[in-house]
Amino acid sequence: MSGLSIENLSMRFDLPNGSSVQALKDVSLQLAEGELLSVLGPSGCGKTTLLNIAAGFLAPTGGAIRMNGHEVHGPDAERGMVFQRGALFEWMSVRENVSFGPRMAGQRESQYGEEVDHLLEIVGLQDFKEKAIYELSGGMQQRVALARCLANHPDVILMDEPLGALDALTREKMQSLVLKLWKETGKTIILITHSVEEALLLGERLLVMAPRPGRIHREYRLPFADLGVGQDLREVKKHPEFAEKREEILSMIWDMEEEIMGRTEESA
Amino acid sequence: MIVFLIYVAIFVASYFLVKFVVQKTTNDFTSLKTVTFGDESAVKPDRMASVISIATIFLLWGAFTGSNLVPSFLHAPGPFMGDASFTYTATADGQEPDDATVLVRVFEVGTDVETPEVEPGDGWAKNDAETVGAWRSGLIRVDKNDEFGRKEGHTVTAVNGQAIAPGESVETEYGRVGMSPKGTLNFEPAKGWQMEPIWLPSPEAVAARFVDIAQNGYRGSSLWAHLGISLQRVILGFFFGALVGIPLGYAMGLSGWFRGWFDPIVEFMRPVPPLALIPLVIIWAGIGETGKVILLFLAALWIMAIAARAGVSGVAISKVHAAYSLGASKAQIMRHVIVPNSLPEIFTGARVAMGVCWGTVVAAELVAAEQGAGMMIMVASKFQLTDIVIMGIILIGIIGFGIDILMRLAEKALVPWKGKI
Repeated sequence: MSGLSIENLSMRFDLPNGSSVQALKDVSLQLAEGELLSVLGPSGCGKTTLLNIAAGFLAPTGGAIRMNGHEVHGPDAERGMVFQRGALFEWMSVRENVSFGPRMAGQRESQYGEEVDHLLEIVGLQDFKEKAIYELSGGMQQRVALARCLANHPDVILMDEPLGALDALTREKMQSLVLKLWKETGKTIILITHSVEEALLLGERLLVMAPRPGRIHREYRLPFADLGVGQDLREVKKHPEFAEKREEILSMIWDMEEEIMGRTEESA
Repeated sequence: MIVFLIYVAIFVASYFLVKFVVQKTTNDFTSLKTVTFGDESAVKPDRMASVISIATIFLLWGAFTGSNLVPSFLHAPGPFMGDASFTYTATADGQEPDDATVLVRVFEVGTDVETPEVEPGDGWAKNDAETVGAWRSGLIRVDKNDEFGRKEGHTVTAVNGQAIAPGESVETEYGRVGMSPKGTLNFEPAKGWQMEPIWLPSPEAVAARFVDIAQNGYRGSSLWAHLGISLQRVILGFFFGALVGIPLGYAMGLSGWFRGWFDPIVEFMRPVPPLALIPLVIIWAGIGETGKVILLFLAALWIMAIAARAGVSGVAISKVHAAYSLGASKAQIMRHVIVPNSLPEIFTGARVAMGVCWGTVVAAELVAAEQGAGMMIMVASKFQLTDIVIMGIILIGIIGFGIDILMRLAEKALVPWKGKI
């Protein structure tokens, strides 16, 4: 079967002082091809751990992740990553960064050149191809990271708060870009975010996670991502259901945060 | 002390001169800042101050060595030269005290001098003539031509009318006349404020010596051979140090076993100054080229290993993760991520290592060498050839500075992203 499936995933970190932290407990999830899933949750709910396991950087202590039917053991080109801060290679030009994946796979310029240029055009960096990374703004760097990921043709794109470090205006533009890329390429995407609005706008499915132990609290199916493709996202935000969902999820997360605070105070 | 006060005075005076006479015409962004005290970015070196600073050093050097390059009215008072004279009063057994004059010709050391002729004069004490070099002093046996010598109880009782006894001295306008415990006079001409050439030669003497050595060489080798051999040792030692140190640092950054194995060695050897290894290296390898290169190899090795290790440790894990997710193999990550990412650290280490190597080679040559910049100044100092010593120090400084500038240029060309992330 194609897509990503997460089965009864558990992750326990043993601390040096003998205690342990249950970062994830029995997380199960099916992701069909072409789905865009956004993941929300208070800090410490294990969303980044989940993503790192999906990427193959961490091995789970229980359960398994299957990608297109085979089990995940370590990072692979089929699962691309976009990090909060680009994680770009400063010693390469913009174009060399974007063509990194194909080049590492042994492709020649004649094989990847056209596509890399096309991707740079889509993300609006065609005039910055030969620039150095440190000459770009934060938003441009994130666009390079997106293009670099897409140039490698992953089946799934894992995004770890990719827009978290950007200013509000750039962020809105980038949200539109992510939606556009998703629709055009049909990639499966998991997007972790701290912003409820962003999760609602971009997620076709939305997962709210709860902490201690990290688990899936609630799942939504949302129409906004489809509405937002090619549209002004501010219009989508005016949708009455959008405001309603936002309030609902916000208060859900607030409750969880308060519960954590209460528990910490009790133990203190 | 005088020199220091003059230096401070020039520093302060030129500051006010530049500030008030040369009005500020710069109109850059910094000039609009109102808060500059405490804003490091607003502090830029004043180029005018740098020029005056260099000029001041040469001015003081020239003024206190009586250089021809400095107009003579700026010279510090020089040593007395020419004919000095003083009178003495002597007594002898059963004789009336008698006066006589001593003429002392003070000459520049290193030039020929003739003892002046003097009339013997009246009385039993006769006039004397003597020569003394500037900055030196000389005994003057005034009794040797007198009619009554020491056997007859010849005793000098006064100089220029001032009473003098053994161990005392009298200041005259030409210098100091002292009396030894046995009663012999000695004359020390006034030294002035200038430095004697054997302490500090004038700038043109150093320049002349430079031209001389550049043309004729020193101790059987040309100047370029001396400097070249020092540079060659540095480059060889640094090259081998980097050749071993960088892979070692990478291994320590990438493997726990390597790090555990080499950490104690590197951490122990790092604080040992390379100079402390000179005796051991001489015992093991002698004073030839091998010993020097081994010493510099050891000086560069630990610095380069630590720099490479820091470079590897400094790679952001997200970059490595990103590369893995893009399908790169371990070898490709090494080649395309870890090595380029560590270059800025390695360049910093290389600059430090080159500086340390240059300092170490000079020190090693001071201890023992047949050729080299350090050997040149060491041998020269044994013969009091201060001009060669100063010339050598200046050349060593210029080469050290040049090495650092070259390394900085290479850094700028090869790691343009350094400090911009």
